Amino acid sequence: MSLTRAQVEGIARLARLQITEEQLPVYVDRLSRIIDFVEQLSAAKTDDVEPMAHPLAGQVQRLRADEVRETDQHEKYQRNAASVAAGLYLVPKVIE
Amino acid sequence: MHTLTVGEIAAGLAARRFSSVEITRHLLGRIERLGAGLNAFVTVTAERALQDAREADARLARGEGGPLTGVPIAHKDIFCTDGILTTCGSRMLDTFVAPYDATVVARWRSAGTVLLGKTNMDEFAMGSSNETSFFGPVRNPWDPARVPGGSSGGSAAAVAARLAPAASGTDTGGSIRQPAALTNLTGLKPTYGRVSRYGMIAFASSLDQAGVLARSAEDAARLLGAMAGFDPRDSTCVDSPVPDYHGALAVPLEGLRIGVLREFFDKGLDPRVGRLVRAAIGALEERGASVREVSLPHLPLSVPTYYVVAPAECSSNLSRFDGVRFGHRCEKPRDLLDMYERSRGEGFGDEVKRRIMTGTYVLSAGYYDAYYLKAQKVRQLIAGDFARAFAEVDVVIGPTTPTAAFELGAKTSDPITMYLNDIYTIGANLAGLPAVSVPCGFVREGDRELPAGLQLIGPHFGEARLLGIAHQYQLMTDWHRRMPPGYE
Repeated sequence: MSLTRAQVEGIARLARLQITEEQLPVYVDRLSRIIDFVEQLSAAKTDDVEPMAHPLAGQVQRLRADEVRETDQHEKYQRNAASVAAGLYLVPKVIE
Repeated sequence: MHTLTVGEIAAGLAARRFSSVEITRHLLGRIERLGAGLNAFVTVTAERALQDAREADARLARGEGGPLTGVPIAHKDIFCTDGILTTCGSRMLDTFVAPYDATVVARWRSAGTVLLGKTNMDEFAMGSSNETSFFGPVRNPWDPARVPGGSSGGSAAAVAARLAPAASGTDTGGSIRQPAALTNLTGLKPTYGRVSRYGMIAFASSLDQAGVLARSAEDAARLLGAMAGFDPRDSTCVDSPVPDYHGALAVPLEGLRIGVLREFFDKGLDPRVGRLVRAAIGALEERGASVREVSLPHLPLSVPTYYVVAPAECSSNLSRFDGVRFGHRCEKPRDLLDMYERSRGEGFGDEVKRRIMTGTYVLSAGYYDAYYLKAQKVRQLIAGDFARAFAEVDVVIGPTTPTAAFELGAKTSDPITMYLNDIYTIGANLAGLPAVSVPCGFVREGDRELPAGLQLIGPHFGEARLLGIAHQYQLMTDWHRRMPPGYE
């Protein structure tokens, strides 16, 4: 196993994913296999190779004028939210 | 009526041999009778389809129809459709009604197509068998015990079973070409940036591209033309003119330089599939193409490279699913952290969670250089291999997949076994190249005939040439016309 149980618990915490107690050993096994598999990249000679930043050479980020183009549709967009009041998204209390 | 191609439907509608409402009703009837057994659709939009069809008939009657007016199509459920459920194959979005149309959806709609429904897919497009869908696996019309491939498996099954003449798909590591190969379709992944991804739910943003699953290169050309082009809403979409793909189909094979990819004929390749691909290459050679072998020495590293880059980008893209603005939220969260962790833990399936965690790991402090940066360097080497090959040949060629369709459940216990199924398709995504899978024959498994695919990969923006070669091949073969038994 290239990853320990504690490491996988740490990754799950970083990724904000609940993994159940019974599922955890399965994740340790599968993720270890994936990391072992991608480990073979370390053998590739990459001295002086620039990491790829974009699949097409010479692309630059386009910019546009900072002007209002969209109309306010928050009611439509908020229809997909779990909890909304007065145009605001509701979440559990953050500050006691 | 259901065996007609897009081109034949357009001609039939123009000549008033049938109406769009008639063919739409016919296909909706087939979806109702045959669709459930395949599990090809997540949502059938019958009312919307008939409304689209009536509008198309009115336009045709006024003489205002275009080449796709009134042609029924289906969209992979990764594309946002205004007012229609858009699930991405996930519990996370099982009640998400998109508030706008993806550009691909809007373009096909403004071209006059009729939306039959949204097709099933691997969850968030992560899978090669359609078994990771929250809505259950899709079955292959050629053998219901086998997978249709993935992640665009619902689109593939629907088009192969003659429930729709064509459908959209997306391809991050082979998700259009691999299902096309496994279901006897023509599947095109365009150049990175050729088609807008606005409204296409993101998986791995340096790899994702939208494309087409159709029953011929000719149909794929028609549909790509109506899909491609600049869109200011997608910052990665390239601002270059869209050629007349359909008009370019007639280019002869004489003088074409084909490179046979040595690394694709490896020990993992089913020798029967290898023989079919060799025969197809022979047929192209007989028509005047010159054939030589090319080697892409770094290509065997494409799968491990992909499984660093794609999970890294997915862990970032899928952080937006936090249970706040859209998507699943758990019951009675104790606090904010509990809400994030349980909403995401419940909303995502195992494969998605594995990839998010792999990505989180390879991007985390202390591992970034060893994994992510290293993978982006190897990716540069792979892209360089392709660039060198295209200095000598016009296209490279090989199989699309190592084997024909495998059985449901055959590869679900080991992620690596599943990942290796995309060994021939991933290279094109890493290098941002266009590629097409074309039917090239059948292998027998028991009492079933299973299709195999020939893959052509071209230089950036070489779609027209790829489709032209595929079309010439389809003029001299009839593999692409074969229909799965029971769906004729």
